[in-house]
Amino acid sequence: MLSMVEKAVVDQKRWIPTDEFWDMIAVVQSLPGVFAVNTALYVGHRVAGTRGAFAAMLGAIIPSITIILLLATVFREFRNQPVVERIFKGIRPCVVALILAPSLRMIKSAKVTWKTAIIPIATVFLIWWCKVSPAYVILAAIAGSLIYAIIIGRKTARCETRNDKTIDNDASSHVNKSPVPRQNEKEAKP
Amino acid sequence: MIYLQLLWVFVKIGVLGFGGGYAMLSLIQHEVVEHYGWMTTTDFTDMVAISQMTPGPISINLATYVGYTTGGLGGSLLASFALCLPSIIMVYLILKLFMSKKNNALMDNTLKGLKPAIAGLIFAAGLSMMNLQNFPDFGRGQYNISVIICVLAFVASYFFKANPILLIVLSGLVGFIAY
Repeated sequence: MLSMVEKAVVDQKRWIPTDEFWDMIAVVQSLPGVFAVNTALYVGHRVAGTRGAFAAMLGAIIPSITIILLLATVFREFRNQPVVERIFKGIRPCVVALILAPSLRMIKSAKVTWKTAIIPIATVFLIWWCKVSPAYVILAAIAGSLIYAIIIGRKTARCETRNDKTIDNDASSHVNKSPVPRQNEKEAKP
Repeated sequence: MIYLQLLWVFVKIGVLGFGGGYAMLSLIQHEVVEHYGWMTTTDFTDMVAISQMTPGPISINLATYVGYTTGGLGGSLLASFALCLPSIIMVYLILKLFMSKKNNALMDNTLKGLKPAIAGLIFAAGLSMMNLQNFPDFGRGQYNISVIICVLAFVASYFFKANPILLIVLSGLVGFIAY
């Protein structure tokens, strides 16, 4: 989806320069909520202010709402058809697999070690077994991650005072958002 | 009353929904299926399947559907809007208050730490859907077709990154033939 947005906003309409677009996407992506809506709000606001933000948001959600409303009106009667029920009986186990697979892939990409494996295991245990509301689990995880981030930030700051050269590498690996290297990457590719 | 509940539930999901659509599944499922009982697990699973096959964000699709079944057209619009409301406020604030690089690094590291928990959240959503309604032939007869579908789809998705729409269509076909 993101490449489609970039193509439309950066390449075709030329509303936002490439480096600024990717900078903001990194910020918007870290916000909670529907990612497509966050992106639309940012692009809309950047291009045409508050009205633009609302227009872009509506553009992002109206197709989904329309499709689901149309489906919902027919779905109930439609689903009682034996043929449809048979098809959905086959689909349901597949949906379960389609949710489990990306979660495991995410554990891989998050570089979970044997030590940190306690985090996802505890999350699963609390939500699935103890039926704790995921809301509380998320709040606890945010608190924990924030403390972790502050400690990491302090460490980086300490390196900064000790050695100027290492932090340059360090900071860029943590932030990785400075527009200059991004552009260089882009220019280097073709 | 139902409108207030819808508003509260989906604003909450919008505020806490870190990590994209899949991560929100667990939150939505807990509120909508377990807490309020607006949908059964089977309904929820079917809606996820439909969301996978239609364009657009899963969470908006689910909000629209839940809103429609509990509060009609008004409910569906309200639920979808409630889901977007926190985003509107947050994006607006972020654009107003310039994000400094230091804050950005802090946020980045926080999210990095949050990622394993989000993965667990998604996994829990999948586990909660593993019940006898979704796996009706489990433990009965010789062939557990539903288990076979689940395992094959998992392997295809995890190891071969198969297209989810293709997998849903294929397993629908298997269901049509086998049941």
